[in-house]
Amino acid sequence: MNETISVISSSEHDQENIAFTEEELQRIEQIKGKYPEAQAAVMPLLWLAQKKWGWLSIPVLKHVAEVLSLPFSHVQGVASFYTMYWKRPMGRRHVQICTNISCLLRGGEDLYNHVSNMLEIGHMERTDDGEFSLEEVECMGACGGAPMIAINEDYYENVTIEEVEPLLAGKDEVE
Amino acid sequence: MALNYDDLPKLVLPTIPDLHKLDVYRQHGGYEAYRKALTMSPEDVIEEVKKSGLRGRGGACFPTGLKWSFMPKGSDKPKYLCINGDESEPGSFKDRQIFEYNPHLMIEGILIAGYAMGITTAFIYIRGEYHKWVRLVEQAAQDAYDAGLIGERMKETFGGDYSLEIVVHKGAGAYICGEESSLMESLEGKRPYPRIKPPFPAQKGLWGMPTTINNVETLACVPVILRIGGDEYAKIGAPGHPGTILLGVSGHVNKPGVYEVPTGLPLLDIINDLAGGVPGGKKIKMVIPGGSSMPPLRGDELERVNMDADSIKEAGSYIGTAGVMVMDEDTDIPHVLRRTIHFYHHESCGQCTPCREGCGWLEKMLIRVDEGDATSEDLDLLIDVANNIDGNTICALGEAAAWPTRYTIERLREEFEKNVKKEREHTPLNIVHGLRTDSHEVESVVH
Ligand SMILES: Cc1cc2nc3c(=O)[nH]c(=O)nc-3n(C[C@H](O)[C@H](O)[C@H](O)COP(=O)(O)O)c2cc1C
Ligand code: SF4
Repeated sequence: MNETISVISSSEHDQENIAFTEEELQRIEQIKGKYPEAQAAVMPLLWLAQKKWGWLSIPVLKHVAEVLSLPFSHVQGVASFYTMYWKRPMGRRHVQICTNISCLLRGGEDLYNHVSNMLEIGHMERTDDGEFSLEEVECMGACGGAPMIAINEDYYENVTIEEVEPLLAGKDEVE
Repeated sequence: MALNYDDLPKLVLPTIPDLHKLDVYRQHGGYEAYRKALTMSPEDVIEEVKKSGLRGRGGACFPTGLKWSFMPKGSDKPKYLCINGDESEPGSFKDRQIFEYNPHLMIEGILIAGYAMGITTAFIYIRGEYHKWVRLVEQAAQDAYDAGLIGERMKETFGGDYSLEIVVHKGAGAYICGEESSLMESLEGKRPYPRIKPPFPAQKGLWGMPTTINNVETLACVPVILRIGGDEYAKIGAPGHPGTILLGVSGHVNKPGVYEVPTGLPLLDIINDLAGGVPGGKKIKMVIPGGSSMPPLRGDELERVNMDADSIKEAGSYIGTAGVMVMDEDTDIPHVLRRTIHFYHHESCGQCTPCREGCGWLEKMLIRVDEGDATSEDLDLLIDVANNIDGNTICALGEAAAWPTRYTIERLREEFEKNVKKEREHTPLNIVHGLRTDSHEVESVVH
């Protein structure tokens, strides 16, 4: 009988090309030094890796594990728990729209649906040109400025449907 | 008489331009409270905080001085302080104001707490989404390092033998990391599963060492207490829960935002006078007084409810993180509850069956209710499931899902009956994202 099993997909990243530079490794030593145990550096390192390679593919996680002398499974376990560590490539501009209570009460769902239709992508999807990705996020701590969206690391509050299009089109986000 | 915001005392967020800058902060007496603490014994500092009556601003309202006194004295083990800036409870957005406008007040509070408990390393844990505020806090800490106010050099600056290191740690998107034991697991670089208590953090915390976890705002109150004295602080606001408190008011109000007020002010005055009332002069249907995990209050039962722990408790809820969410008469309450429970379902770490499965059942049933496919018995079943989660889990996320479910249905049952009787036009909700099973894409391989 044919047996179907699931394996983690091969990724865009080539293991051989995934390595922190000397300079980065020095920075990593500094980070490790802040904590009594090197394992605590896993989150800062995953952030560093995501900044560098865009997302946390299996080869990237393997490299982080190696640098910290941790089992790969541990690093993957941590990476898979947190929503902000990306397990697939995201767009150059990652658009996050909150639909939790405070935003919902002030039109967050309409905003999300509008952008989703406009970009023709759903939650955690990326446009074909790699420009945008979309995420329906939980409360971002901007309830006083609801509805809010975030593009990459920047918050925009009290956003109306009319404003959202120029916002997405006009801003050249810093990487 | 109407409340005037300008007349209220502002101790944590005073309106001083550029207060986030170290030199401005010092011009206004910054780091002098720490100097004063150094003239006292650590025990006396704890005593002063006890006298102030300060209760934690992270949700549980635990007396801060008492918490500090649980830390073992004179042990030669390392001890740690965690500053909880995870701020992920829907409706809460107050700690962010401190990060942005008065970070040195928090840092000074950390120094005083550290000195009082003999702690030499403090970790500020900030939620990952707060990229900008992580940078601001890092900058403030760096400025304080450079000025010799923290780190080894503070011995020279302030004299004496005490020094403290501060590390800023950035989360990565997980509400559960605000739960104190989960926060510690996260800091240790593990999957952040909350721990079974006891042992409590003061006995066995970070890396098994004695640890205290305090909210950002709690620590920002500490320099104020040292400056004006515990007795004076205890006179501000409601006697059982004194001080000023940062209220995050959101939802259907004309002027949402963070307001610093003395505890004990009437909730309706806060909504109407400070937050500008409900748009269109509509009636209030429901208010959640302390972040989405707290039981809601009916809009027609808000008379005589004051914003302090005891008054809110008497009214049948908790002050939590003081995130006040106001919903007007046109709000679709079942829809709101469905979205709330989706959040807790999504954020459940999955360790305990009642929470992991129970939140899922609640969500499934609430989807039926929202879409008008439920019966009246389903409403009772929802309460029954909620009752079976409550008290049967490792951490309080279970209650955070159970309470809103039970109390919203009990207190606003007519809203749900409207759905059962199909009297409400149903608004389709987004198919919100899936659960915390997010992993790498899988391919099928046939052997
Ligand atoms: C699910 C859950 C989430 C929590 N999130 C936060 C949070 O984001 N920030 C916070 O300060 N406390 C949070 N708490 C409360 C903390 O566990 C802890 O009680 C608090 O940080 C203690 O600080 P305090 O004594 O100064 O209030 C949370 C608790 C639970 C159960
Ligand atoms: S109650 Fe929920 S979030 Fe808390 S430990 Fe149990 S499963 Fe995890």
